[in-house]
Amino acid sequence: MALLSKKDANLIKDPLGDNNPITIQVLGICSALAITAELKASVVMAISVLFVMGVGNVVISLIRNIIPSKIRIIVQLVVVAALVIIVDQVLKAFAYDLSKTLSVFIGLIITNCIIMGRFEAFALGNGPRRAFLDGIGNALGYGVILVIVGFFRELLGSGTLFGIKVLGDPIAKTGLYAIGYENNGFMIIPPAALIVVGIIIWVQRSRNRALIEEA
Amino acid sequence: MLEHLELFFRSIFIDNMVFAVFLGMCSYLAVSKRVTTAVGLGAAVIFVLGVTVPLNWLLDKYLLQDGALVWLGPEYADYDLSFLSFILFIATIATMVQLVEIVVEKFSPSLYNSLGIFLPLIAVNCAILGGSLFMQAREIPNIGLALNYGISSGIGWFLAILAIAAIREKIRYSNVPAPLRGLGITFIITGLMGIGFQSFGGMLTGDNDPPEEIQNTTVETKEEKELKKEIEAKKETISYNEAINK
Repeated sequence: MALLSKKDANLIKDPLGDNNPITIQVLGICSALAITAELKASVVMAISVLFVMGVGNVVISLIRNIIPSKIRIIVQLVVVAALVIIVDQVLKAFAYDLSKTLSVFIGLIITNCIIMGRFEAFALGNGPRRAFLDGIGNALGYGVILVIVGFFRELLGSGTLFGIKVLGDPIAKTGLYAIGYENNGFMIIPPAALIVVGIIIWVQRSRNRALIEEA
Repeated sequence: MLEHLELFFRSIFIDNMVFAVFLGMCSYLAVSKRVTTAVGLGAAVIFVLGVTVPLNWLLDKYLLQDGALVWLGPEYADYDLSFLSFILFIATIATMVQLVEIVVEKFSPSLYNSLGIFLPLIAVNCAILGGSLFMQAREIPNIGLALNYGISSGIGWFLAILAIAAIREKIRYSNVPAPLRGLGITFIITGLMGIGFQSFGGMLTGDNDPPEEIQNTTVETKEEKELKKEIEAKKETISYNEAINK
């Protein structure tokens, strides 16, 4: 870590663990959970958010001294919306099927609270380099949860990962299915995502007791 | 009339903003600790959705859709500005929220005091932008239905936040495992409520399509619509050519 001072490295490390945007800060759940039924969609969503947050944080940080504070929300929305349009058009051009699966949820990155939250809390008060690291860190923390949820939902719900049948063929009864294993269709329906995130929070807080909320 | 009723109940129960598509989760989790604040935010969401969805419907119809600019003249028929929808929708929402705030402050200070702090929050509530984007994706055919869709989705969101706030007020007296306290148990309860709401799925049409399949069908209809549009465009050019030949 010669490239980064300890303080800068923490900007990336903290959101991955004890200051995770989803499980601790409770930001950005809105557009995240609906698309985690498949691992592929989760990964694409994580990358899209990584791009929007990294670039967006730098842009906001660069213009932070010339934004009048009264209209900063609208300025931030315009910056995010422009970046999201780029992501949307790229996806439509190079991964049309995927952009159909993600449908409106790419657009909803705009109102992802995680992005506005980091703009407000960090990019408006820090230089572009640190803002970039903060954006990358938080987007990674967000992506990690998304990928974990997507992994378990796809594996347990359809027995596949990235669409590849890793547990055998449920119709031909090969692999695990030969000994009577069945897919859990429950994992595919939307509410299962909430329960999986609830369990992730449970595991994380059992391991780090300092995070437990007072009742 | 029947389609209004169907859309109304469908948006409240089957396609519930919170339980079926997870929109507005951030404020749903953050502002649901007390019933009274939950009611304030819920009312504000109904109001703003009821205003912005019809407005964005007009924008979509007369500005953004493929060929929507045809009212300017036949030479504009080829313009497709739909890639601008995100930025225009969010601009409409942000300005409307500001306007609503000013108007409410002026004419009803008591309502402003109860809603006031929540209104600026709403500009970045995904339920609001989601309402407009779903209105576009589901191709709501006329402005009356768009208004209906906005208000009934708002009511669905209102019901959800009211229910979770009431449960959270009571759950304080229960013995929840320490690591699950607060956020964790709220997630799991919401998940269980979502499973409950899934059972409304067969209420209207008698089919038991899970939401995934509903999403697929909207995608298909979009494709079909594109095909139809192509055909129509061809028909138009043919009739146009015929007119020229005459």
